Amino acid sequence: MLKKRIIPCLDVNNGRVVKGVNFIDLIDAGDPVEQAKIYDAEGADELCFLDITASSDNRQTLLDTVQKTAENCFIPLTVGGGVREIIDIKNLLHAGADKVSINTTAVTNRSFVQQAAEKYGTSTIVIAIDAKRDAQNNWEVFTHGGRNSTGMNVIDYCQEVESLGAGEILLTSMDKDGTKSGFDLELLKKVTSKLNIPVIASGGVGTLEHFAEGILEGGANSVLAASVFHFGQLKIKDVKRYLADKNIPVRI
Amino acid sequence: MKIAIINYGYGNLHSVNKAFEKANKDFNLNAKIEVTNNPDHINKADKIVLPGVGSFFDCLNAINSIDGVFETLQEQVINKQKCFMGICVGMQLLADIGYENGENNGFGWVSGSVEKMKASPNYKIPHMGWNTINFKNSHLFKDINENSDFYFVHSYEFKTVEENILASTNYASKITAAIKKNNIFGTQFHPEKSHKNGQQLIKNFIDW
Repeated sequence: MLKKRIIPCLDVNNGRVVKGVNFIDLIDAGDPVEQAKIYDAEGADELCFLDITASSDNRQTLLDTVQKTAENCFIPLTVGGGVREIIDIKNLLHAGADKVSINTTAVTNRSFVQQAAEKYGTSTIVIAIDAKRDAQNNWEVFTHGGRNSTGMNVIDYCQEVESLGAGEILLTSMDKDGTKSGFDLELLKKVTSKLNIPVIASGGVGTLEHFAEGILEGGANSVLAASVFHFGQLKIKDVKRYLADKNIPVRI
Repeated sequence: MKIAIINYGYGNLHSVNKAFEKANKDFNLNAKIEVTNNPDHINKADKIVLPGVGSFFDCLNAINSIDGVFETLQEQVINKQKCFMGICVGMQLLADIGYENGENNGFGWVSGSVEKMKASPNYKIPHMGWNTINFKNSHLFKDINENSDFYFVHSYEFKTVEENILASTNYASKITAAIKKNNIFGTQFHPEKSHKNGQQLIKNFIDW
């Protein structure tokens, strides 16, 4: 049986892991390669790196980090942040990434999604979406690290990128991110019920129960978390044991 | 013992190379591992690995665009019967025909076709993540526990006859997880991304 994946996410800025509350107030949480090795040993099913500044001058720093991580961790690695051109995807895959996540450029240039999927295969292309709830209880797509509003509906956008060849959606609730108050389950349910591709739930995990809710209620195929793992509040092993007790299939 | 990992510009070469090097070192195997697309080097190798990430069509074109690589593989694997391992698309390419991005002829080394998997609400496509495999008795799965998990990521499956199937997994229906025909071995999952089980499998291939 296919297992639900637990994915620790490392937000990387200039070669260092950071994690903030609602995308601001970043706090240093260490060296990404060391952190990745710990997660690998603890039983993470996959790792995710998001280069949150992604300015052109620290591109090489990111590629070095990806390369060192891939040399030490024998589990899948998804890398995103600042992916704008086909060459960015090529460089990341060459450095050792298994999947590449695209956020802003997928919004501004839809044909890029199609081009990327055709060239490197659907399974390699993850579309990362920052979603924010509006006053009418709809969700809007935001770009540029959550700074820019697009006026686009999240559900429509998800279906569009799926049809263009996206292999997976990394769905982050901006309202929940960093709050440790649980996933936005309504958003998750809406998205997972409409799509034929897997969805990674992100934003809001604070307790063991939240992981189970994201899978059982939200319908997520994977759950991603950052702060709870970085600061040692929860261990991956404990999360998996908890989920296994709830009869959720996990790799132990 | 020399192992050639074929570089045709596709696939996660770096990861495959590092996983082979780690297994080689941790199990004290003394193999020499080289990433290459030079026919002379491939000729001198004792074992050959064909990785693959991307589409059937693009991978096929990429191999055919490098002078002499396909002919060398054919000579070494089919005529000289050297041990061969294809990973993911590197296994799918061995089929007679593939239906990803059009209809294209594969190597035709292992009879069968590569067809799109069908999505349903409970079975999203790509089939992505860790899934349990069932395998037949073989040196290649030596010291690997029954019902072990391996990492899969694919939207197309290799349909072949039962005698070519060495391992299978369940995802809505029975899916080919590994094939074996004489000296030819292939996995749909990624041993280089399958942590300790993957390391053991790579070790088993190196001393196959």
